[in-house]
Amino acid sequence: MVGGYRKGLDGERAAKIMNAWMSLIFMLAPALVVILVLFAGGLALGLSQSLGYMPIIGAYGFSLDAYLQLIKSPGFVPSLLLTIFVSVLATLIAVVLAVATALTLRKRFVGKKIVSFLYQFPLTVPHLVMAVGVLLLVSQSGLLARAAFQVGLIGDSSQFPILVFDDLGIGIILVYVWKEVPFIGLIALAVLQSMGNDYEEQARTLGANSWQTFRHVLLPLIIPGILPGSIIILAYVFSSFEVPFLLGKSFPAMLSVLSYRLYIDVDLDARPQAMAMSILIAVFVLILVLFYRRLSQRILRRSG
Amino acid sequence: MIGLRRVPSWDRREVKGCPACFRVIHVAVIVAIVVGVLMPVIPLLVWSFSHSWFFPQILPMELSGRAWTYIGSPLSKVANALINSLVIGGVVTITAVLLGIPAGRALGLSRFPGKTLVEFLILAPIIVPGLAVIMGIHVLFIRLGLVDTLLGVVLVHLLPSLPYMIMVMSGVFANYNVEFEHQAYSLGAGRIRTFVHVTLPAILPGIVTGSLFVFLISWSQYILTVLIGGGRVITLPVLLFAFATAGDNSVTAALCIVFLAPAILILLFTSRFLSGESGAMGGFGRL
Repeated sequence: MVGGYRKGLDGERAAKIMNAWMSLIFMLAPALVVILVLFAGGLALGLSQSLGYMPIIGAYGFSLDAYLQLIKSPGFVPSLLLTIFVSVLATLIAVVLAVATALTLRKRFVGKKIVSFLYQFPLTVPHLVMAVGVLLLVSQSGLLARAAFQVGLIGDSSQFPILVFDDLGIGIILVYVWKEVPFIGLIALAVLQSMGNDYEEQARTLGANSWQTFRHVLLPLIIPGILPGSIIILAYVFSSFEVPFLLGKSFPAMLSVLSYRLYIDVDLDARPQAMAMSILIAVFVLILVLFYRRLSQRILRRSG
Repeated sequence: MIGLRRVPSWDRREVKGCPACFRVIHVAVIVAIVVGVLMPVIPLLVWSFSHSWFFPQILPMELSGRAWTYIGSPLSKVANALINSLVIGGVVTITAVLLGIPAGRALGLSRFPGKTLVEFLILAPIIVPGLAVIMGIHVLFIRLGLVDTLLGVVLVHLLPSLPYMIMVMSGVFANYNVEFEHQAYSLGAGRIRTFVHVTLPAILPGIVTGSLFVFLISWSQYILTVLIGGGRVITLPVLLFAFATAGDNSVTAALCIVFLAPAILILLFTSRFLSGESGAMGGFGRL
């Protein structure tokens, strides 16, 4: 009797679990299929081509030649360093400005609606448009150079600092900072709003001043919230192509630009190298992201 | 949690006594936001109406509508590119919404073995550069006849955008109470009615925010469009890139403004969903 009852319950439970799994698969499958085919498929094909497996041109080999040639080529190391410099600096500046602006924007003030709208505006602006905007603003014949000339700071356009097509990718960094501050800032605002004022008020009651409250209460709460967003930015800037192509020097160029140049090369032998470069970019992105995560978690633990 | 004991001496500055300083900083940040955002847009506006504008003139000597006339003429192919961009962006967004709602619901509401792996797979396209993936899949697309077609471009645009949609939706569903649906069922509502009247209003901020992201990613995509569209599928970014490298500042600037306009329109409608109150941006904190 008891056994029979139990058996019935088990059957019911099993059916329930089956049902739950079926509905899960039903909900997830469409999106997963698209991502698996496009992403995993593309990555696997890219990897095999970078290793020299290209049936289209009759190559069935397997070798690391493309990788070795790439790493040995003279442009590689300067390009790698430039790419790391630009992506890390753009991310850090964007994070600092995002936190500062989010702390200001969460308060009430006159004209908040308009300022909030302006703040979100860069989110919607395509990177290409901003690359053109920054070019017309900070190049040696740009609006800022003209203003500097008019007030007598410079006597000639060549005296204006070189901010685009420069060695350090300043113009590229400017575009990304302008674009990504609201992205991280809005996430920070969401975090600040979700935690309310309780922690802050408690800290104040315990005698903390504004700086201490920010440093030891707000910051440790904001950082984990904006960490994923800043990782997205870091990975994005590291591998994106348009802005460095328009505002970067041709040597050293950022890695994505090198990869594209190899890919459109008329010489089909350059193809495996282009693939190898893209795969390397992916590997570097993963290493950089893991490193960045580690580092920020350590900082967080120390300040918590 | 609050390490007040170990604070270095410079931390203990008494800032409380200077409310005026705070007001000054507050106003300075707001002014910086306004100026910083508008600065790079100003030269675009002025250039688009300038006839001749040489260094060191701070304003153009002569204004003209030349660039705008050119943009409006069939010669520039802008209308064609605009339609292509809108169609591709629209189809990508609708597809992402249809795929993203169920996937976001599964990830936001349930726990199951292997969930971390699924989440990792879905988010991987955001971290791993699209260039590596698209260069690899190019060969397959050639064989399937998908290169140089709108369908091929739509498919590759889904790659960087779908993960955002799922991320936003799973964030929204994580704060969603399924009980309301059960109540609707027990009151006799069918699946469709329950979805339209109970689920949809609750997740609408997420759908709007996610759609905004997806559309904008597709709208501003250049490199994926060029690689798969092969120069045959002309979208606004493809056209803008060509003008920007050709060096006619006035036409480039005017095209930039055309490129900006729909985004501003969308933002006017979605702005309130983005400001922290709706929690739609919270999904990014749950990676």
